[in-house]
Amino acid sequence: MVTIVERRMIVPNVHLLTVAAPEVAESARPGNFIILRPDEQGERIPLTIADWDTAAGTVSSIFVQVGASTAKLARLKAGDTIPSYAGPLGNETEIANFGTVLLIGGCYGLGSLYPIARALTAAGNKVYAMIEARSSYLLYWQERLAAVVERLIVVTRDGSRGYKGHVTRLSEILALEKISPDRVIAHGCTFQMMTVAKETKPLGIKTIVSMNPIMIDGTGMCGVCRLTVAGQTKFACVDGPEFDGHEVDWEEFFARREGYSAEENEPLHRSGCASHF
Amino acid sequence: MSKVDLVRRPMPKQEPAERVRNFDEVALGYPAELAREEAARCLTCKKPGCVDGCPVGIDIPGFLGSVAAGDFGAAIRTVKQTNALPAVCGRVCPQEEQCERNCVLGKKGDPLAIGRLERFVADREAQEGPGQPPPLPPPNGRAIAVVGSGPAGITVAADLALRGYAVTMFEALHEAGGVLTYGIPEFRLPKAIVRREVDYVRSLGVELRLDFVVGKTRTIERLQESFDAIFVGAGAGLPWFLEIPGENLNGVYSANEYLTRCNLMRGFRFPAFDTPLKRSARVAVFGGGNVAMDSARTALRLGADEVHIVYRRSKAELPARAEEAENAEEEGVIFDYLTLPVRLIGERGWLTGIECRRMELGEPDASGRRRPVEIPGSEFVMAMDASVCAIGNSPNPLIPMTTPGLEVGKRGNIVADDDTGRTSRERVWAGGDVVTGAATVISAMGAGRRAARSIHEALSGQAAP
Ligand SMILES: Cc1cc2nc3c(=O)[nH]c(=O)nc-3n(C[C@H](O)[C@H](O)[C@H](O)COP(=O)(O)OP(=O)(O)OC[C@H]3O[C@@H](n4cnc5c(N)ncnc54)[C@H](O)[C@@H]3O)c2cc1C
Ligand SMILES: Cc1cc2nc3c(=O)[nH]c(=O)nc-3n(C[C@H](O)[C@H](O)[C@H](O)COP(=O)(O)OP(=O)(O)OC[C@H]3O[C@@H](n4cnc5c(N)ncnc54)[C@H](O)[C@@H]3O)c2cc1C
Ligand code: FES
Repeated sequence: MVTIVERRMIVPNVHLLTVAAPEVAESARPGNFIILRPDEQGERIPLTIADWDTAAGTVSSIFVQVGASTAKLARLKAGDTIPSYAGPLGNETEIANFGTVLLIGGCYGLGSLYPIARALTAAGNKVYAMIEARSSYLLYWQERLAAVVERLIVVTRDGSRGYKGHVTRLSEILALEKISPDRVIAHGCTFQMMTVAKETKPLGIKTIVSMNPIMIDGTGMCGVCRLTVAGQTKFACVDGPEFDGHEVDWEEFFARREGYSAEENEPLHRSGCASHF
Repeated sequence: MSKVDLVRRPMPKQEPAERVRNFDEVALGYPAELAREEAARCLTCKKPGCVDGCPVGIDIPGFLGSVAAGDFGAAIRTVKQTNALPAVCGRVCPQEEQCERNCVLGKKGDPLAIGRLERFVADREAQEGPGQPPPLPPPNGRAIAVVGSGPAGITVAADLALRGYAVTMFEALHEAGGVLTYGIPEFRLPKAIVRREVDYVRSLGVELRLDFVVGKTRTIERLQESFDAIFVGAGAGLPWFLEIPGENLNGVYSANEYLTRCNLMRGFRFPAFDTPLKRSARVAVFGGGNVAMDSARTALRLGADEVHIVYRRSKAELPARAEEAENAEEEGVIFDYLTLPVRLIGERGWLTGIECRRMELGEPDASGRRRPVEIPGSEFVMAMDASVCAIGNSPNPLIPMTTPGLEVGKRGNIVADDDTGRTSRERVWAGGDVVTGAATVISAMGAGRRAARSIHEALSGQAAP
């Protein structure tokens, strides 16, 4: 059981969740995730660690409210408790001096890339962060990220800030910004990660993506998180969650993620929101 | 002397037609009169073979005598001298290969129903409510970390708490019990029984830390800074797949996923609980062990129209407990023997059928069982919307990967001494499935008991009583 230190909506539909979990904070590394249960009847859901404070013993994640479990999380307030919070899980991001690294994030990735940016900069890399959202009002943690990278590049679909469009403009933006990355790391929305991997492949840039399949235990016990990487079955929770984006079988991945979509809607209809209709 | 009674008293069970519609326990247990009659069949052999067959050496004729005499309290005390989990073992031990196999009654008639009587005395005690925990010795100032709360971990924790150690049991999942909780279904081992056993261990002062993944939350190395000894009973939790085409289709499960969704996450009560479990119409289960039987019977209870066990050898080689295979057959599970799945077929990402090949039995292999040989050209397809792979598990690599100096065998098992459970790393012991690979509840408990004794000897410098 852990206590919520803070739960706050930072932009529409996107929340910061900070809990008191000193042992997790002590062991957390960039790229790790945790698994929590919002209540006794709840599912086990994974969230990437976006920050931690060893001295205060706290761990933070950014979550997007998409379904029943994240809706339950969105109702929590400071002082509440949740029954389970296990981690840090998964392998940490490979941190070394690669030269120039471009981080690309959308959705919850703006948060989960932050500790990676910090560590890569500390390791001597020139780090750039490219963040994408539908519109400027959906961007968050810009100052935080800007403080630990060389330059922050903003892309909005409506053009309300930075480049207008989508990561499909990647090679053009790289040319305009005069950046030639030795490595790209993408976090967040699955579709965006796949798009990034497609864009970087012809450019020959090694691209790491953080895969987010359905999970249950997160310790390698159930196998539901399996995906195909370079023709081999891998368990995202213990072999990943980061993999080479050029080796992932994306089509299979999307099909597996849909595995429970019909059922996932059911708890949502019973959750508080249903009464609004 | 009265005539030898060769007929085993039947144990009441739920009727098959009724029980496939619920998750309640199938076997209902003996009423007291039947238990006494059954126990009275014991011939009280001078050299009881049954005791030799019991991995923890329960004084079987002793406890049977008490049952026959109606002194159920004495009976359970006798059992508990050497077995801390009788309500569990009475239900899930393969008695027909252990104690009951050696029973002389079995030569001419039915062997004595030792397992059922073990269960009877344990349940009888439970009906009387939680008893007083045994008196604990004063704390001896030593701290023990137990990794994993399955039968091996529970045994070590209880044994060492009773010797005055401060024990902390770390469990990765959100409920204790190991396979007893996430694997074996409610209808065979009610979770209330597992919780009772876990509560008992906690009543001995053992601290339980759930949601704590050793190797991740803290490494063994780090734990060794605050614990005098560590016991690793992390089980064999890594599922194997067949490695045939189509295994990543939706509708294809490992038995661990299927059973965990149902048992640990209470998927059978979806949507009251949030974790979903598909209602599939036609389910194929690959394998022939207890795990396969449990998966097949779970599928029936989830409302499947047709459930097949697809097993590459013949009925004689089924590794499952005979009683459970019988139960599955009674409930309507279809057994496809000498059948090998070779390909899983799907449409739009979902499983629609399985392609199999027929087998025949050839020469005996190293295990003495006749080796199944494929019949070329015998392929056929069965329509299925779910398959469950129950062909085995190996130990999870999490702990070995994060623990320098811990020797690991070919199959990822931790190497430990048979008699003591000592590993290659100083002050670290291991036992149960993590050492042997998937085995049995009672063998995990036996390993736990031996490790507890060795830990006590090592830390106290004296031989354990
Ligand atoms: C390793 C890992 C790290 C993750 N980190 C984060 C994070 O930091 N922040 C965050 O917001 N989310 C993260 N996710 C995704 C998050 O776990 C899911 O969004 C969450 O489980 C959805 O639960 P739900 O009950 O609210 O929604 P559900 O009802 O389960 O799903 C609602 C909708 O979301 C889709 N969905 C289901 N699972 C996922 C998934 N794994 N990823 C994306 N969409 C999904 C479904 O198809 C459905 O349309 C991570 C997932 C993994 C595996
Ligand atoms: C479906 C099924 C049916 C079975 N039926 C029978 C039967 O009828 N009769 C029989 O005798 N045997 C049966 N078995 C086998 C039996 O259950 C096992 O042999 C036994 O449970 C092994 O006990 P264990 O304590 O070694 O490990 P487990 O019971 O596997 O417990 C290990 C525990 O350690 C935890 N763990 C793992 N890694 C970590 C970590 N890094 N940190 C913290 N905790 C960790 C796990 O979550 C788990 O709770 C069955 C097994 C299955 C799967
Ligand atoms: S989540 Fe169960 S094996 Fe990865």
